Amino acid sequence: MTAPRGAPRPTTRLMRAIEHRALPVFTVLALAYLLIPIVVMFVFSFNRVDQTLGDGKFNYQWHAFSIDAWLHPLDWTGLGDSLYASLWIAVMSTIFSTILGTLIGLALTRYAFRGRGAINSLIFLPMATPELVMGSSLGILFVATALPPLRGSPVPTLFPFGISTILIAHIMFNISYVVVTVKARLTGFDRRLEEAAMDLGANEWITFWKVTFPLIFPGIMAAALLAFSLSIDDFIITSFVSGTQNTFPIWVYSIIRNALPAQINVIGSIIFLVAVLIVATSTLRSGRAPR
Amino acid sequence: MSESVPGRSPSRRAWRTRIGGATPYLLLAPGILWLLIFYVVPVGQMFLFSISTGSLETGFKLTGSFDAYTSGLSRYGEQFGHSLLFGGIATLLTLVIGFPVAYTIAFRGGRYKNLLLFLVIAPFFTSFLIRTISWKILLGDEGPLLGTLKHVLNVIPNDVSLTSTPIAVIAGITYNFLPFMILPLYVALEKIDIRYIEAANDLYASRWEAFRRITLPLSLPGVFAGTLLTFIPAMGDFVNAQLLGNPQTTMIGNVIQNRFLVQNDYPTAAALSFVLMIGILTAVLVYARVLGTEQLTG
Repeated sequence: MTAPRGAPRPTTRLMRAIEHRALPVFTVLALAYLLIPIVVMFVFSFNRVDQTLGDGKFNYQWHAFSIDAWLHPLDWTGLGDSLYASLWIAVMSTIFSTILGTLIGLALTRYAFRGRGAINSLIFLPMATPELVMGSSLGILFVATALPPLRGSPVPTLFPFGISTILIAHIMFNISYVVVTVKARLTGFDRRLEEAAMDLGANEWITFWKVTFPLIFPGIMAAALLAFSLSIDDFIITSFVSGTQNTFPIWVYSIIRNALPAQINVIGSIIFLVAVLIVATSTLRSGRAPR
Repeated sequence: MSESVPGRSPSRRAWRTRIGGATPYLLLAPGILWLLIFYVVPVGQMFLFSISTGSLETGFKLTGSFDAYTSGLSRYGEQFGHSLLFGGIATLLTLVIGFPVAYTIAFRGGRYKNLLLFLVIAPFFTSFLIRTISWKILLGDEGPLLGTLKHVLNVIPNDVSLTSTPIAVIAGITYNFLPFMILPLYVALEKIDIRYIEAANDLYASRWEAFRRITLPLSLPGVFAGTLLTFIPAMGDFVNAQLLGNPQTTMIGNVIQNRFLVQNDYPTAAALSFVLMIGILTAVLVYARVLGTEQLTG
């Protein structure tokens, strides 16, 4: 550590004051900035919002305390269906993107092959492209195949907007995130464990399922959780490819012009609590997160 | 550490040769095909649409005309400006707010490090739209903030309004993307070997000097990554401008969304998206050239 060298210079004292007093206070304020909207969401889930009243339909102003929305969390036209669609799309896109992304992650970390640079770029590009651009370009692809085709190409009507187009989009934007997450886990992988298994007579297939897969499983789970949360929350890309199909975010966005039910805050609070619970249990189970 | 053990190399080679060949391509094929068909092809398709003319009723013909670009850019230059301005200011704000927070967590977090990081990412546990709606509630004319100031404390006049202003839009974007700035900054700062800073101190550098010449340069990868992670989604955002802004604060995202979903004016929507994408990818490539892509792709 620093040896004492007479009286500290004024700048040193100022820096020390900043580090010991100002920074912690600033950090607390910044965290409050991040957390206050969540508190607002939770508090306003107990607001009385009346479906039939003109101005009372909007949960922007505190009316009166009520647990009505918590007792009837799906009691608004279209909410239940949109939530169900969101969950279904999130589960399906998570399964597909996790499989596809894990395979890519395996190929990228354990094999030398031509075109690795191009593949890495292709994985990186979707994460560097604004969602808006991915949504509108994918939307245009679906429109183009559904319209009189360009240049007389014989492409028939392929993709009417709906659940399938949303699913295609969600798998697409999830793949890159899965690859990056799985790769991070595979990079620190000790190959000698596999070699040991093979020295002991296991073939590649058995080695993979008995040694490799269990070891990278936490990485795959982390990737799947990430994919699920990205999918269930996606609004921008979905809005371009959903047509008349509602998902929860799409439903929220369309209803807030006419009403703001407290049920939105209830669902938001439930999603928040479930996510916190998952993170808390997985942290407790694994003790300290492995690097 | 990673020196290969001589006795083990035959079996390693055997593994490679037995599985080698087509395997990596078979593993890659399904996912890469998906990305090619639903990411690369649409971008090409979008370019074709941007140089087409027509309407939903008459069909779109590939005419090779760049009208959508010239008319789009001249009509919506202002909205492009808003995106750059709001996105830029919000990115700067996230950096100014995020750096001290990341620094504090990395160097002074102690045993609360994990808890503090958890609080930073807590907003991600709820929906992006609902968070933005919460901002609208919070900033509303009669909401918790202004309502209290107006009627309980009586410190500001009744007609003061925060919603439907550029300030609300910028505050919303800053709020929504702040964790994207803090996390990479934290990762970069956390990696710094504390002994470098101690060495600087031992060599009579002042604390400020040590910060300026050691900590700051070593944190630059985090600054770059955080800037990109914030600026890219901010440029393409239309939710904050829609929910927190007014017709004078529309960003390019709102225009593209409106052209696409409401007007079905695909050529203009495609041209504007294409310009946005090229602009952002150019910026990313310049950054990546400076830093090396591994930094960004992990």
